[in-house]
Amino acid sequence: MGTRTLRFLCPNGHLGFAPIKTRSFELGVATRPDFIVADSGSDDIGPGPLGSDTSTSPPAWQSHDLEHMLLAARRLGVPMLIGSAGDTGANSRVDMYLEMIREIAARRGLPGFRLGYFYSEVSKDLLRRKMAAGEAISGLDGRPDLSRGDLEATDRIVAMAGIHPYNKLLDLGADVIIGGRSSDCVIFAGPAIRAGFPAALSYYLGKVLECASFNAEPYGAKETVIGEISMEDVKMTAMHPDQRCTIASVAGHAMYERSNPFFEYMLGGMLDMTRCRYEQYDERTTRVTGPVFAPASELRVKLEGAGKVGERYVGIAGVRDPYTVANIDRVIAWARQQVEERFGRTGYELHYQVFGRDGVMGDLEPLKGVRGHELGIVVYGIAPDKAMAEEVCMTGTRQMFYARLPEVKGTAGGVAFPLDEVLPASPAYRWTVNHTMRVDDPLELFPVHLADVGTHAGAAPRR
Amino acid sequence: MTTAKLSTLAKVVRSKNAGVDKITFDIIFADRGSYERVVRSGAITKASIARLYGIPESRISDFVVFDPACAIKFTLYRQRPSGSPGDTDIFGAQQYAPLLDIEIPID
Repeated sequence: MGTRTLRFLCPNGHLGFAPIKTRSFELGVATRPDFIVADSGSDDIGPGPLGSDTSTSPPAWQSHDLEHMLLAARRLGVPMLIGSAGDTGANSRVDMYLEMIREIAARRGLPGFRLGYFYSEVSKDLLRRKMAAGEAISGLDGRPDLSRGDLEATDRIVAMAGIHPYNKLLDLGADVIIGGRSSDCVIFAGPAIRAGFPAALSYYLGKVLECASFNAEPYGAKETVIGEISMEDVKMTAMHPDQRCTIASVAGHAMYERSNPFFEYMLGGMLDMTRCRYEQYDERTTRVTGPVFAPASELRVKLEGAGKVGERYVGIAGVRDPYTVANIDRVIAWARQQVEERFGRTGYELHYQVFGRDGVMGDLEPLKGVRGHELGIVVYGIAPDKAMAEEVCMTGTRQMFYARLPEVKGTAGGVAFPLDEVLPASPAYRWTVNHTMRVDDPLELFPVHLADVGTHAGAAPRR
Repeated sequence: MTTAKLSTLAKVVRSKNAGVDKITFDIIFADRGSYERVVRSGAITKASIARLYGIPESRISDFVVFDPACAIKFTLYRQRPSGSPGDTDIFGAQQYAPLLDIEIPID
């Protein structure tokens, strides 16, 4: 290894979800980083995109960020790595990003480069076979082992890759890598480990750099941060002229969106941050030492799966009459009863969200009862087909109008409708799989592929 | 004994998904003095959080004080996975509000 440090540029913590800010990105590029890296996925967005095989990010924003990163990476001649393509990392999302890369390369006339990619979807059939062979698909976060029922109710499953497919593709000479679903930190950790840096520092670098400027202050998303790794430490430097990576911002980010600030699990092991030491290195840079990596005795890969619950319609109603406000549960019970009389008690779902009482927090709301003078009620009807979902939702919404409260003064209508209809919504999904599965080889679920791009521009065919 | 609301002592009070089955809460202080005062006060514990949210302590998966970030952090199991029918907050981003009014004894 010629150099004893490597520098990684990260412009965005969820590529596509909102566009990168290009000024700090260009400032970062001007420092000539060794890698340009971004994660593009999250399970934060709910089960809908994975289940329905769509993105929640607009293609224009995805392509915008890919174009800036690709042009910079090819200009510098450094690798570009993207993890969890297109919000979910599903196979169709990888293909979509590959197409975007090819389109950008052709339009901008880029010299030839080698495009590496891997998929991460796991078939239900593979899980059926594993389960039939007695292999437990172990639940995470208090879930029981995966049941056949939940497996069959699943539409799509992705597995979380570790560093392995990225490093394999780098070994094969990939210049640009589009990854399926991956742990956020591994797209940074992979190249660092491959270059001989300690695993603990490499994973820590990825953990704290993957959300870009969320590790800096003052708050400002989508700004570029550079992470540098040496044999002894990791340093984070904000590129936006007004942002700084401070002890508080970097340590604070180590706990962001995670149950526990000390431990991070990924395929192949666990990062222990209990003994991390943070120092302000210069005004905009924080230096971190002391993370520990514990290799796993058994390789277990995390699986995420989503399944369709049904078609969904949404209704909206308001209440101003004080007696009705005070008796809103009786109004809802009446409407529910009308739905039950039409459809029975099962085979659909009907949910009421009562804004002005506990519409935001549900069972976690400490303030009991209603304190305001009006309520807003959102009604969700979910059923196997659209016609039934519409009728469930319409009955559950409109029958509030006819609720029979014995002492109500207003007998011409019990609720106010902003719309005399119910609205079609995207189908309802649920997270059916949040589990782990044993694998023998960390690459077995993530076969890698290579393609040459832009050879028309004059690059000699390689291979 | 006088008290101060947590919202006047903390710089950041937030909630967010931690995976699909949990919501995690961060209370971050700008200065070590405020952080240590709140931790020492004993007003924020696993038991007090369970009481505030009306849940059994078993629904709290993690509760830690995190010195490097001057932060108190805890994590709850959700009643249902994020985004499932009946979930009211897909990102878990608005579940912290009751923390703001916790009264901290400041002698």
